[in-house]
This record gives sequence, structure tokens and C-alpha cells, in this order.
Amino acid sequence: MKRFAVYVTSKEGIFDPAGENSRKALKSLGFSGVTDLAIGKYIELEVEDSNTEEEVAKMCEKLLANPVIEDYKIKEL
Amino acid sequence: MKFGVVRFPGANCEQDAVHALRHLGFEADYIWHQDSSLKGYNAVVLPGGFSYGDYLRCGAIARFSPVMSAIAKESGAGLPVIGICNGFQVLTEAHLLPGALIKNKETKFICRSVKLRVEESVCQWIDYPAGTEVDIPIAHGEGNYVCDDKTLAELKANKQIVVRYAEGAPNGSLDDIAGICNKAGNVFGLMPHPERVTDKVSGSDQGAAFFLGIAKLLESRK
Repeated sequence: MKRFAVYVTSKEGIFDPAGENSRKALKSLGFSGVTDLAIGKYIELEVEDSNTEEEVAKMCEKLLANPVIEDYKIKEL
Repeated sequence: MKFGVVRFPGANCEQDAVHALRHLGFEADYIWHQDSSLKGYNAVVLPGGFSYGDYLRCGAIARFSPVMSAIAKESGAGLPVIGICNGFQVLTEAHLLPGALIKNKETKFICRSVKLRVEESVCQWIDYPAGTEVDIPIAHGEGNYVCDDKTLAELKANKQIVVRYAEGAPNGSLDDIAGICNKAGNVFGLMPHPERVTDKVSGSDQGAAFFLGIAKLLESRK
């Protein structure tokens, strides 16, 4: 078995409401030095050995990420 | 004239839609999400709710249900489809409409009536002249419409922007967009809920015209 980590984040230029509001919340708690905060998704997959990173990329394109608004990064664990 | 209202697991506005359509004098029935035939239906409604629990992304899993394959195929051949709220999210995830709907700007669920302006568009569904302003309720946490600059320019050039928030988008939507349609005008998606205001008993019937346009068009083709 192989394990892959997938990080899904907002595409550059797409507003990230959850990230921005969390940054503001930190600011109101006194953490004024945070200039950017992005919130995304972390997905971990266990796959049979025959699955390659390209296969995981296909899963991202089709379902795990929405390419219209999100980027993804894949890392084998 | 018979409408089919798709029932996804987690949908919660399908009964409102069926009730509204019957109240307006049309036949209306439910279509199960596992059905792959749309035979007998003249138009399809994708209702509001939380299909598949909104897991992963709103509409992301619903778009792979068998009924969506049929809708993709038939809408390409002209079948009228309206996606309301979660239905709009499903249509964008299925790439039947461009862009996407992300979390509201303030990350709050907004449930109230808003003023919409009907734009000059190619949309077949709506029976209001351009410039009409109507009050229609919204109820969503992820109705913030986004798309890239090129898509926005195309939407404008092809007259695909159907309704805008007349007093500014409460959810942060790009260009105050509340609803868009495809190039042909038969596939229409919007975040507000016109089906909730089709009977004066519920306070207003200003939403009725969102369904009457398509009925008139189909009638005229007979």
C-alpha cells in the first residue's frame, strides 16, 4: 500500500473568506502580525501499489478539487 | 407541461418546488437521483438543500449521480433546466454553467429577502422585462459567485447574467451576480429561491414569473 497526501487550496486570485475572517479574528485577539492566512483541505489517501501520482492527480481533477477555484499539491508519504 | 424535480439525498426544497409548480397549474413530480431517464418531463428543477451533506464541496458529489448524466445530455439538446441554490452549485460543479460558488464573504449563512434586478439576458425561464426589481428570499452559506475575468467578459457579451443583487451582493458575489444561464438560455442557475414566493399566502408571488417564461415558451412551440 502507498499513502498520498493531497493539499487543496484556493487558486491565486480567488478570495478565501474562511482564511481572511480567521486572520481578522487573530488580529482582534492581538496577533496583529499575520498578513495572510489561507485555509484549505488536507486529504490523505491509502491506495494500492499500482496507483501512481498521476492517478491521484486524475482523482483531484475529477472530484477532490474543483480546478475552477482550487489548486492541489500531491505528496507521497 | 410537466416539470421533474430531482430528489438528491440531502435535498430539502424539493417539496416546495413541486408545491409551487402545482400551485401555478403545472404537472410536477419527483425524479430520484438514481434515475437515468428524463422521459415524460418537459423541464427539470434541481432544488435547494444540502445534497450529499455538502461533503467535499457543495454539489461536488451530486454531479456524479446518474440523473446528472441524463441532464447533461438532454440539456445539451435543449431541455430546460433550472438549478435553485444547491441546484445552482450542482450545475457549476457539473460544468453545465461556468464559474463556482464559494463561501459567503462574511462566512455567515444568510437567510432573508433580497432585491433582485432582472437583467437583459438570453434566459428562457424568466417572464419579467429587463429592469424589473423583485424581492426574493435567499438562504445560503456558499453563494459567493466567482469566475475568472475571461468568463465574466463572456457572460456579459453573451447576455448570460440573468439576475443581479440590486442593492449589492450580501454574499460577496462577483459583479453582484445572483443567477446566470448557459449560452443557449435553457440552463439557468440562481442562488435565490423563487419557488418560495409563488403564492400570496406566503407573502408574495413575485417568484412565479421565474417559471412562467419557460412554460410560455414551451406552449408556443406546440
